[in-house]
Amino acid sequence: MTGDALPATEAYAGLGGWAPESLGVPGELRPVVSAPNPVLSRAGGEVDPTSEETVRLAADLIATMRVSPGCVGLAAPQVGVGAQVFAVDVTGHPKAVTVHGAFVLCNARVVEASRWKAGREGCMSVPDLTGDVKRASRLVVEGALPGTGRSVRLVTDGFEARALQHEIDHCAGLLFLDRVAGAHAIYQRKVYL
Amino acid sequence: MNELAITVIGRDRPGIVADVAEVLARLGANLTDSTMTRLRGHFAMTLICVGPAAADVEAALAPLAADGQLLATVRAVTPDGETARAGEPYVMAVHGADRMGIVAAMTRVLADAGGNVTDLSTRLAGSLYVVVAEVDLPRGTADELSGRLAATAADLGVEVSLRPADPDLL
Repeated sequence: MTGDALPATEAYAGLGGWAPESLGVPGELRPVVSAPNPVLSRAGGEVDPTSEETVRLAADLIATMRVSPGCVGLAAPQVGVGAQVFAVDVTGHPKAVTVHGAFVLCNARVVEASRWKAGREGCMSVPDLTGDVKRASRLVVEGALPGTGRSVRLVTDGFEARALQHEIDHCAGLLFLDRVAGAHAIYQRKVYL
Repeated sequence: MNELAITVIGRDRPGIVADVAEVLARLGANLTDSTMTRLRGHFAMTLICVGPAAADVEAALAPLAADGQLLATVRAVTPDGETARAGEPYVMAVHGADRMGIVAAMTRVLADAGGNVTDLSTRLAGSLYVVVAEVDLPRGTADELSGRLAATAADLGVEVSLRPADPDLL
């Protein structure tokens, strides 16, 4: 499913036509760290979205996410950087409804969350396990775009909302393991994407 | 009516559950609560059934264990019925680098607070160790307990979270 399923243009207007190419620097691949690496459990610091360092990090997150099969989001702590920056792209995912394409947000926070639903999640930094986690399926997130530093407000739902909450958690030093529903809500991963 | 607790543990193969259930059905045992899983590839089943005498079940299960690959135990237990849930249900999740004593230390903190673990699973995935415990806590103790769990987790170098269980989930 792609952007043509959008119910309204308002959601797209949130990004104002921002695209990874507007970062103007080629992304480089960074190695992805796995739990129990302590960087994954520390809250990331706020960043200056206009700084060269942040722009480079944003481009690297996009590049690393793109070469990782099945990866719909990647946060700075996952490449060893304790910062509130993450990339998301749920384009083409069968469970996605609203889709904003590939984007990076800095210093993002959830401002509205409702319609909580359980769903199975995996994580590149927890490669052997998946877990059932309850997430809001209606979500409003505010953050800043890397490069311009423009503040944005994204309204989304479904799988993109789940991906955003998962990445915002990473930036706060939380993994899906911290939110699993119960003792039998963790599963050994059998199929690798 | 006899109530029996039965465990079957050993090398996994297709058909163990069917074999065990067949033996019990033949003896007229009524399977009540049961759980079965694979723990690091080993077959592990625990069940409660009512009906026959323990010795009869033991004898009937013996052929299953004859090749030395499975261990079956049977013992009579006293029916104690459903205990009323007095506390508040919480989920404790712990993860971090594998080391000795994580479960012991964290569940001791729960026990000292009067918490009763009602379900528990642990996983070792590479060097990552994960513990998820469902626990009934005495009312109003969760906040203070969170602090004590965090302190113990810090000593162990692991992460812990304690959240209210969601009864309508899944």
